Amino acid sequence: MNSVRLLVGTRKGAFILTSDGKRKQWTVDGPHFGGWELYHLKGSPVDPDRIYASQTSSWFGQVIQRSDDGGKTWNPPGTKPEDLMGADGMPKGESNMFLYDVSEKTGKPLTTHQHYDGSQRPWEFKRVWHLEPSLTDPDTVYAGVEDAAIFKSIDGGTTWTELAGLRSAKGQLWQPGAGGMCLHTILLDENSPDRIFVAISAAGTFRSDDAGQTWKPITKGLLSQYGLPDPDAEVGHCVHCITMHPSRPNVLFMQKHWDVLRSDNGGESWQEISGNLPSDFGFPIAVHAHEPNTVYVVPIKSDSEHYPPEGKLRVYRSKVGGNEWEALTKGLPQQDCYVNILRDAMAVDQLDPCGIYFGTTGGQVYGSADGGDNWAPIVRDLPAVLSVEAQTL
Amino acid sequence: MVRVVLPQHLRTLARVSGEVTLDVTGLVTIDSMLDALETRYPMLRGTIRDHMRRRRRPFIRFFACEQDLSHEPPDTPLPEAVMTGAEPLLIVGAMAGG
Repeated sequence: MNSVRLLVGTRKGAFILTSDGKRKQWTVDGPHFGGWELYHLKGSPVDPDRIYASQTSSWFGQVIQRSDDGGKTWNPPGTKPEDLMGADGMPKGESNMFLYDVSEKTGKPLTTHQHYDGSQRPWEFKRVWHLEPSLTDPDTVYAGVEDAAIFKSIDGGTTWTELAGLRSAKGQLWQPGAGGMCLHTILLDENSPDRIFVAISAAGTFRSDDAGQTWKPITKGLLSQYGLPDPDAEVGHCVHCITMHPSRPNVLFMQKHWDVLRSDNGGESWQEISGNLPSDFGFPIAVHAHEPNTVYVVPIKSDSEHYPPEGKLRVYRSKVGGNEWEALTKGLPQQDCYVNILRDAMAVDQLDPCGIYFGTTGGQVYGSADGGDNWAPIVRDLPAVLSVEAQTL
Repeated sequence: MVRVVLPQHLRTLARVSGEVTLDVTGLVTIDSMLDALETRYPMLRGTIRDHMRRRRRPFIRFFACEQDLSHEPPDTPLPEAVMTGAEPLLIVGAMAGG
């Protein structure tokens, strides 16, 4: 029988939750990297035992960790004893070095972005928000970072190179939102290996069709009337999360700061599908593993009240690709619940029936083994959950 | 031989326990000690000094001989007791909440 491994990043460490295919009994392993913020962990689709983790700290900066045995042991890539010295005799250990490209050819003309006061500020690396392993090569992995940029490693996370063309997509107009100017979503398309989608808080969403060399904003149809007076603005939209089903890579779903949207043409244009949601503010959005038209969101009351409306924790599911939503409540607290669910903290497994999982800022991880009809807490008292990824083994 | 005491999280990252001893050639300064430390433990690069400017990260402090040396220029010679190994350089994670 298949099993499921959840990779949970929290404010104070990482946890690995495992279960058999029934998904009733879970074991909790951790904390790994106790005391550090684990923004995101994700396994390679072609080698699930290879897991990349973003370990970060206000004190000690960024560390990238990698496991090659399913999370049992970890190393910063390039720092195993046998890796310590390069061919030139110099020590390695550059896996946490994210240097923006300032070469004449690529990054130098655009090394500033807009600050809150309207001035231009140089890009300054703060942390890795999201790691996206390649769909075909376990040594290739992308990193979405703050200040917003995308980096690529082709040596298992040992060294990183910025795909600086992204900053040419009107980067001088990007400015940070309250959560920082972070690149938090990276979508790869198994049908088109050169196509990459990214989303950036308070900047928008972007697409590359040449493996990350050039990018364009894909925000037509997004309206942010309380943040952007120009209805045709290409950048400045606060996109919280985007997702797609691999069988339909031209169909994208988006949770924006306000509004849930859908694109049927690879992001060329978007239509609102908020429909009957009690609030269209939220952070994560996910698609069912086997039903490309079944979408999940977790409505949050407002951009200043980061908790569920009426204190009722409800996942909303649309089986028709949006506009018509049903509340999923069985097993979820329906009173006095004031947690938040962050953008990378919801995931689905590949089993049938599909399992869906999410973590809260209150430290609970909830799971449903039947596509959202019934829920149960897997673990209740972790540190605030930043991210959840599901691996089907 | 000079001595360095790392904060707990960096000891874990470097997989060491207790003090670290280093051979530093030439003048013993904050920078030369950190150069030696990072050569021996490459995984610590970027955790004490940032990669770009190689300056002390904001919530890192350097103490030695009951003095706070955090704001000294990084090429300032360290106290004699540190140079001789009688006293360690303490690399400290600042008390900053969290």
